Amino acid sequence: MTRQTKNIALFAAVFALILLTGFLQSWNVALAILNMGLISAIMALGVNMQWGYAGLFNVGVMGFVALGGLGAVVVAMPPVNEAWAAGGGRVILALLVGAGTIFAAIQSWKKLAKGRARNLTVVAVLLVGFIVFRWLFDGAVEAIEAVNPASTGYLGGLGLPVIIGWPVGALLAAGAAWIVGKTALGLRSDYLAIATLGIAEIIIAILKNEDWLSRGVKNVIGIPRPVPYEIDLQESASFSDRMTGWGLDPVTASSVVVKLMYAGLFAVILLGLIWLLERALNSPWGRMMRAIRDNETAAEAMGKDVTRRHLQIFILGSAVCGLAGAMMTTLDGQLTPGTYQPLRFTFLIWVMVIVGGSGNNWGAVLGGFLIWFLWVQVEPMGRWLMEQVTSGMADGSALKVHLLDSAAHMRLLTMGLVLLLVLRFSPRGLIPER
Amino acid sequence: MAEPFLIGDKMTGGYGPTDILHDCTVAAEKGQIAVIVGPNGAGKSTAMKAVFGMLNLRGGSVRIDGEDITQLSPQDRVAKGMAFVPQTNNIFTSMTVEENLEMGAFLRRDDITATMEQVYDLFPILREKRQQAAGELSGGQRQQVAVGRALMTQPKVLMLDEPTAGVSPIVMDELFDRIIEVARAGITILMVEQNARQALEIAHMGYVLVQGRNAYTDTGKALLADQEVRRTFLGG
Amino acid sequence: MDLLNAIVALANFVIVPATAYGAQLALGALGVTLIYGVLRFSNLAHGEMMAFGTMLTILVTWGLQGMGVSLGPLPTALLALPFGILGTMLLVLAVDRSVFRFYRQVKAAPVIFLIASMGVMFVLNGVVRLIIGVDERIFVDGARFLISAREFKQMTGLNEGLAIRTTQVITLVTAVVTVAALFWFLNKTRTGKSMRAFSDNEDLALLSGVNPEKVVTITWLIVAALATIAGTLYGLDKSFKPFVYLQILLPIFASAIVGGLGNPIGAIAGGFVIAFSEVTVTYAFKKVAGYLLPEAWEPDSLVQLLSTDYKFAVSFVILVIVLLFRPTGLFKGKAV
Repeated sequence: MTRQTKNIALFAAVFALILLTGFLQSWNVALAILNMGLISAIMALGVNMQWGYAGLFNVGVMGFVALGGLGAVVVAMPPVNEAWAAGGGRVILALLVGAGTIFAAIQSWKKLAKGRARNLTVVAVLLVGFIVFRWLFDGAVEAIEAVNPASTGYLGGLGLPVIIGWPVGALLAAGAAWIVGKTALGLRSDYLAIATLGIAEIIIAILKNEDWLSRGVKNVIGIPRPVPYEIDLQESASFSDRMTGWGLDPVTASSVVVKLMYAGLFAVILLGLIWLLERALNSPWGRMMRAIRDNETAAEAMGKDVTRRHLQIFILGSAVCGLAGAMMTTLDGQLTPGTYQPLRFTFLIWVMVIVGGSGNNWGAVLGGFLIWFLWVQVEPMGRWLMEQVTSGMADGSALKVHLLDSAAHMRLLTMGLVLLLVLRFSPRGLIPER
Repeated sequence: MAEPFLIGDKMTGGYGPTDILHDCTVAAEKGQIAVIVGPNGAGKSTAMKAVFGMLNLRGGSVRIDGEDITQLSPQDRVAKGMAFVPQTNNIFTSMTVEENLEMGAFLRRDDITATMEQVYDLFPILREKRQQAAGELSGGQRQQVAVGRALMTQPKVLMLDEPTAGVSPIVMDELFDRIIEVARAGITILMVEQNARQALEIAHMGYVLVQGRNAYTDTGKALLADQEVRRTFLGG
Repeated sequence: MDLLNAIVALANFVIVPATAYGAQLALGALGVTLIYGVLRFSNLAHGEMMAFGTMLTILVTWGLQGMGVSLGPLPTALLALPFGILGTMLLVLAVDRSVFRFYRQVKAAPVIFLIASMGVMFVLNGVVRLIIGVDERIFVDGARFLISAREFKQMTGLNEGLAIRTTQVITLVTAVVTVAALFWFLNKTRTGKSMRAFSDNEDLALLSGVNPEKVVTITWLIVAALATIAGTLYGLDKSFKPFVYLQILLPIFASAIVGGLGNPIGAIAGGFVIAFSEVTVTYAFKKVAGYLLPEAWEPDSLVQLLSTDYKFAVSFVILVIVLLFRPTGLFKGKAV
């Protein structure tokens, strides 16, 4: 069997699993898996760029994904004019003051001669800047959050089509990646790991607590869609008639059609990305990246600016994660900062990349679909397993209840085992790097 | 003539598939100093590592006191009375001088204080700095720690890989004096040296290697006197 | 009098809690730093190892409480701790034998160990949730306070009370005893010295006859003990929630890196640096300022630099500053 037929067979097998879900469970579940699979594949592509192309260990995927989601919100939600009037200008001024303070501090650190005068100046700049920032910021936040807190209490967005929010989400993630990369790249891989872990937690903390920006744990709901709403389809006479004509229930059909439209949209983006990435990988740029990954010292000796290249790919990879995050928030129709967990949004993506095959874009995509499928399906499988295990026990026994309740945690265990087994016995993944 | 105390006999082998050593022989008599010299890339260090068992030989053998040890691992050779001082990274920088010496005697279960006193007598500066971290010492003092650490196993054979690399000429002379003292105590010494002339001056036997082969083998004095050796390897 | 009140308020809300927290972080960071020194990778599963050890301790505590065993004013968990440590040692050794040993034999790159530790993190995470669930567990018993705020006020006649919880004192005492035992072991015993030697210069340690597998085993045993103690103390002082042990990974790693990865003294210093910064920056100084400043200057706002929700940001910022200006950490670590 050639490599190509094997790869096609692998993809076919994963899609067969999804189809099987459609036949055995429901098409809604199958399509939901497909859609999140598409998004997971894009996230895996982003991580694969960083790890597979350049050997960078990013465990802050969650943060970049969440920032992407914020991008969708600030672009697509309608602006809350009252809140803008109450404190919009002031909050922007505050942020400018904050950025200016940091800029001024960096400049005075660079420009002034080393010594106590420099230290004092920098501290003074930071202190004054911080006080002014807090004074502007706290007032603005209070005013904004007071505006109808039950339904808005935040600035809202620009009211533009949500699709525009996707590149904006990517840009936000790229910006955060630039900050992390500037500090932690060029140091050991462990440091980058911890730094990205940290920035992800901070981004989530900001989304959870800065209600003026993201409504915090009150969540932003009802983000406008790029596709029609189910209810509109159901109410459309032509749609209902056609579906009934095909012998389908219009209610089920409407949700299937909506999901299919999302799937089409996501698939276009995924394929476009793969096309771009494959071209990049086989270009001189891609070869240089792999040369750097395989032997940093040699590449450096050949005059390549390793840290700069690393920064470049780190930003690009994070932007792809941000894009996927914006797409996910669009699919969910809501931004729920409280639900971002590192195990789900960082480490699971890593499992996808390692299992799929690091360094190979198709591998990462396959890993994205397969692991997402498992993530969704292991829970019912776990419950079934627990039911078998506990079937002999007396009803209502504490152990039985406990075991049945904890079936949900089987998925973490399974993902860990899958990762460890693949890493040990097939370290190059299902579709290895060529 | 009886066989030398330590001999790497007709050794052939390398780290990978290509051989670096070809029928290379180095040997040292008990209590004598044997020096391996030669141009860069001649396989000097490789020859010494082969004697210590750090690479697989495809041909030849290593014998100590008549016993064939070709198949033993470096750790097992330590137990047979061999001690090795690597060229770099040869001390525990974060540990004190005394702890470095203790680690040298890690496998010994008997009382090591007497041996430690002997090392301190040989290198008095180490006694002064015994509680200091070895990483804080000067280059020459670090080499003394490294040699001292190796002596703690009470070896019969001491192998030194370029002990004077990167130290000043004065320190080098002092180190050589100490090495002579060690040999006088009955320890066989095999060392690789970059400073060929000075090393041959103290050597009983000298081995000039070229491309992994024995080019010249004679007593140190004879090699120094040999016009050909002088012209080719000692720069006149 | 106002000055005294200010000092007491500061002690009550900053110094005492930060000291206890710092001790917990230091114990956690010691585990991370030892693994880094000997096995040369950053163990992402460390937080979950702490959670596992704490879970075992809690289960044994419940068992003991059920049998009516208690330590009087001290929490029963102290009695259960050795069992938790033993169980965690077994677990950690099993993990090492089944996962990490293979990568040692093939001399895999450190980042492969890091990824493997990610897998271990997932598995342990699942195991802990399977066994004890995700809910908050409070397992502290015995006397709640050594000195309560009210008693302190009565004793001193001050307006401000200084409350010292039993768990805080136990944290500090246990941490001091543990650290003293660890340093005695590392600096005075043959095995401890061989561990330091191995961490310092692996090749030379091998030349000296140090058995690498033995060193690795001992290191894991010590790390299991440290993780269980750190996790249990944290759980006693705050409460046990499995996901918290994933979050605490960040300040723990920050402590270890700030102190210098691979350097045990650095890990302890790093723990206290992170803990004190975190608590100080997120504490509202209004009360203290109220005592110290003349009435007219009294601040209206809370005088809180950052809300407590951003405590992770504090570890992070300190980490970044150290990485920028002193990449090997405050004390010289191994990593560059």
